[in-house]
Amino acid sequence: MSASAAGPPGPVHPLLVSDGRLRRRKLVNRTMEGTATLAALIAVAVLALVIVSVLLKGVSALNLDFLTKPPAPFGQSGGGISNAIVGTALLVGMASVVAIPVGLLIGLCTSEFAPPRAASSIRFCLDILNGVPTIVTGIFVFGLLVVGHQQSGYAGAFALAIIMLPIVARAAHEVLALVPSTLKEAGLALGVARWRTVLTIVVPTAAGGMITGALLGVARVAGETAPLLFTCSIASTQVSTNPSQAVASIPVRIFELSEGPSPAEHAQGWAAALLLILFVLLLNVVARALYGRARSRIGVAS
Amino acid sequence: MAASVPELNAGALRLTRARRKLGDRLGDPILRTLTWLAAAASVVLLALLVYKVFDQASESFSHFGLGFIGTREWNAVSGKFGAATFIYGTAVSAFGALLIAGPMAIAIALFLTELAPRAIRRPVATLVDLLAAIPSVVLGLWGILVLAPFVENQLEPALKSVLGWIPLFGGTASPFGLLPAILILTIMTVPIVAAITREVFATVPTELKEGAFALGATRWEMVRAVILPYARPGIVGGVLLGLGRALGEAIAVTQVIGDTAGIHASLFAPADTLASRVASEYQGAATTLQISSLAYLSAILLVFSLIANTIARLIVRRTTRRLQGGATAGAVADITEAEV
Repeated sequence: MSASAAGPPGPVHPLLVSDGRLRRRKLVNRTMEGTATLAALIAVAVLALVIVSVLLKGVSALNLDFLTKPPAPFGQSGGGISNAIVGTALLVGMASVVAIPVGLLIGLCTSEFAPPRAASSIRFCLDILNGVPTIVTGIFVFGLLVVGHQQSGYAGAFALAIIMLPIVARAAHEVLALVPSTLKEAGLALGVARWRTVLTIVVPTAAGGMITGALLGVARVAGETAPLLFTCSIASTQVSTNPSQAVASIPVRIFELSEGPSPAEHAQGWAAALLLILFVLLLNVVARALYGRARSRIGVAS
Repeated sequence: MAASVPELNAGALRLTRARRKLGDRLGDPILRTLTWLAAAASVVLLALLVYKVFDQASESFSHFGLGFIGTREWNAVSGKFGAATFIYGTAVSAFGALLIAGPMAIAIALFLTELAPRAIRRPVATLVDLLAAIPSVVLGLWGILVLAPFVENQLEPALKSVLGWIPLFGGTASPFGLLPAILILTIMTVPIVAAITREVFATVPTELKEGAFALGATRWEMVRAVILPYARPGIVGGVLLGLGRALGEAIAVTQVIGDTAGIHASLFAPADTLASRVASEYQGAATTLQISSLAYLSAILLVFSLIANTIARLIVRRTTRRLQGGATAGAVADITEAEV
């Protein structure tokens, strides 16, 4: 092969001859490249399709009344989801107040304090917790807090906090692990105590990424329905901020509206879905942007 | 003398030093204890969760025993309950979804790591990731109102006319059933599998790829000979993580699957899964035995998803450690992974 390629006037290199075999290899190659491109196109198209349908169908029912009025009494048209908006804010807020600090502490434990073995086991536990189906989380909280009592905002928020916890903790760990050990060593070498080094050097350096994890956690639980079904779904149609009673929430409201028979209900469902999807996607985009910035600040090539 | 000035400073310094020392003596153990408490709480929480779910299932378990798993009947009136139909529905919908989502996610990952122009890689990857961020109830709403009519009027008649001789694609077309559930679960799992596969593909050493090209391989031959074998464990782990998600999805599935207990050969027929049955019936459960039987269903579901997730995490963890040996490259995957 090489001999024939070396001589200038000799025959063309066999690999360059477009015989049937090479044509077939090239065809297979082109087909597979096309398939891969098509798959990516389909995935993006499905995302666009879902967002565009929600946008088109939701926009018509979205108005000021929808945002500021509670649901209309049975049999009447109009009304809104103000109770669900307030309820979701309350539930997600309470869940965040518990899950974000605890999650960040767990991230600190696994990245700064725990010996590698223990850290690895704790992270494994978090991964498993993250993999528990959310409906099972709902059953757990139902058995723990609702049986013998009643559905409440506390129970719903607790269920959401369980789902949020591993997301916040994992993200915190990953970004804390990126902080260069030279920074920590510099602090320790100057005689700064361990906890001061952690709180004044490590945490501020990693803050952007830790916020990202918190935002992703919020975005995730804001759209969760399953854990709320048994813990916080039989709610009043009035705006309520009392967490010892069940409060309405946007995902549960969408679920009810989607199962309803009338087009008016579906239209409201689309509008509520639009609201939810805008909030969730916005949080995701912001979180990703923050994470990119945090990484470049720490000095990791992204 | 100048000595008085340092002396004064030394006094002040000693005071702040003493104060700081006290703070340091207290601060270290306090922070350490707090973080350990938080970590311990998460482990206890997981154990408590497993215990509490099984505890709620105990009445049903003492009533039906392990025979519950193989019983096809689910009748609230006669008080006879069994999980077989739901296990069947869960298995078919989850495996069906992964059968489509697996190859598709691998193709997307290949596009993003090998084919796409550098400028569009990041944006397209973000868009695929965002697909995972759509709340399941919104996807379910879309499933009921957009996907279900399409499935009934276009997809199922078309499948039937071409593949109708296979029992899977026989039967009458209906808007709600296993097929739309499989499609919804596919949409939910593709971004999960694609994110992990993409990260694993990115760790394949450039020298190996270039070696294949230098031997005259086409791009596809390089993928088959180098990337896929190198990344196989990672792909398996990613698919298992997707499986864990597909098994446990309750809301979107209950919205499109038809909520009907029964085992049918046809994918067009309504069915039900473990998670979906729990979601749709818990509210209306009348007897404690029925509630306990639903808890039994969730206990079975919990065991399935624990197995899938444990194996997946072990594989993913082992391969990423083998492939990179550092924390940096996997961080993006870990964050998106944490999100799913």
